[in-house]
Amino acid sequence: MRMRGGFRRLAETDRPAVRFRIDGRAATALQGDTVLTALRINGAAARIGEFGDGPRAGFCLMGACQDCWVDLADGRRLRACETPVSAGMDIVTTPMDETLWPGAS
Amino acid sequence: MARRIVIVGAGPAGIRAAETLAMAGLRPVVIDREPASGGQIYRRPPPGFSRPASALYGEDAGKATALHDVFDGLVGRMDYRPRSEVFGITGDIVHVHDGRTLTDLPFDALILATGATDRIAPLPGWTLPGVHSLGGAQIALKSQGCAIGHRVVLIGSGPLLTLVAVQYADAGADVAAVLDTASRADLARGAVHMMAARPGLLARGLRLRARLRRHGVPYCNGVRDLRIEGAQEVERVVWRTAGGAVRSAECDGVGMGWHLRSETQLAQLAGCALVWDAAWQQSVPMADPMGRSSRRGVYLAGDGVRILGADGAEFAGRLAALACLQDLGLPAVADSAPLLGRMRAMRRFARGLAIAFPYPDRMCRALPDDTLLCRCEAITAGQFRAVLARSGAAEPNRAKSLSRVGMGRCQGRYCAAAAARILAAERGLDLAEMPGLRPQAPVRPMPMSLRAAPSPPARTEGDAT
Repeated sequence: MRMRGGFRRLAETDRPAVRFRIDGRAATALQGDTVLTALRINGAAARIGEFGDGPRAGFCLMGACQDCWVDLADGRRLRACETPVSAGMDIVTTPMDETLWPGAS
Repeated sequence: MARRIVIVGAGPAGIRAAETLAMAGLRPVVIDREPASGGQIYRRPPPGFSRPASALYGEDAGKATALHDVFDGLVGRMDYRPRSEVFGITGDIVHVHDGRTLTDLPFDALILATGATDRIAPLPGWTLPGVHSLGGAQIALKSQGCAIGHRVVLIGSGPLLTLVAVQYADAGADVAAVLDTASRADLARGAVHMMAARPGLLARGLRLRARLRRHGVPYCNGVRDLRIEGAQEVERVVWRTAGGAVRSAECDGVGMGWHLRSETQLAQLAGCALVWDAAWQQSVPMADPMGRSSRRGVYLAGDGVRILGADGAEFAGRLAALACLQDLGLPAVADSAPLLGRMRAMRRFARGLAIAFPYPDRMCRALPDDTLLCRCEAITAGQFRAVLARSGAAEPNRAKSLSRVGMGRCQGRYCAAAAARILAAERGLDLAEMPGLRPQAPVRPMPMSLRAAPSPPARTEGDAT
């Protein structure tokens, strides 16, 4: 059995929709969702581990573990579990291309 | 004489401390990271959510709303600073930021009600998307109306394990299994103490277990060799039963936690001494029964000093405020004796919990070499052991400098307990004799773009003109 992956809504579904983007693709969440909820409802992770250990999607949901930092396309970084998602937010979960760094081959 | 009193945290302990000080006519500064008071246990959902308190807090709905009302009623009688956090303490000054500005608040008395986070034991696969702490699993439901997966396995030990399982099942989540590393014998030994101290609360725990059975959720005691498997996200949990059989459950969400650990970083930065708690097998700040720390003028209350839960935190918050009033030479606004009596029963009950739901010490010592021990820096247990063998490091701070275990963004909140046990096992050391990790400011990452506050800190009650 293959699971769908991500969060599942059980209550509070009667809220206005919020449109945002995950890695350039259009996605939908509900007003009052945190950025992490918005990502997980869409089955997305928050980031790729910096040390080659795969995707991460938060852990504690209370701002303690620092696992859910995400990048926005405008360069801002935020803790996804304690930041509400907002309309038009452009979230980047893919890692930086290190081959673009000066001096990298 | 100036009486600048700062309370850190607006959960059950911080709220009762603020209420007690306000009753004495003082105007405390209350600093809380969250946008609304209540702490994690009585966290309020965001605006626009509609479930009633009974749905959010269950049997504790009355306590939750009472605390929210008390705090809301203190408006104007305190200097409340939500969405603000104390990131460091130097001498008699707490350093606060709200994401934009930086403020230094001098204090005459400081009440730390910093709460607790999940006590975690790393498992193979615990960094996969879909794995959360038990507290996190509960927050997803309470604060967002979501389950952490479409089919969920809950792992660990402690009262929160059963509570989250019941809350999930009640809300309509699919809970595939609850896996408790404590044996039935542990539970029976602990229950004796719990029965003697707070029989009503023990009965409530047993009722929750019965409710879980009625939901048809399997609860397995004495599980071992736990591992979470999946390629890019959680796909299944595999374990060995108490009888030795290997079992697995397909799932896309895992909640894990072994009761709670006190958030002690600020107490340590304030200079408060820690002491080893043999029952809990962890270091906790020293405190007298009223909550006085080892440092004059610094008081500790709630789960940040002893894990007694929300009820105990309310008593502790009142007591810490009463101690503070007494030490400032001000009249008492309430009698502390009955509160102290209740706290004794709470501590006895908590000892029972510690026996019934022990931290999986042996599992940590035997953590497989290829398992990530430090999730921030992605250091495996094997890499940590290799550093210990090469370096001869014999205490956690040296081991951290050399291995980076505990050096990452969480500052060891989620790996230090397991790392200490691996160190103890490799070096043949006694955990009780081992120092803990030294905390560093900022206790959470903070932006570099902060500006100093433009005006001096707000004056509190009793300031000279």
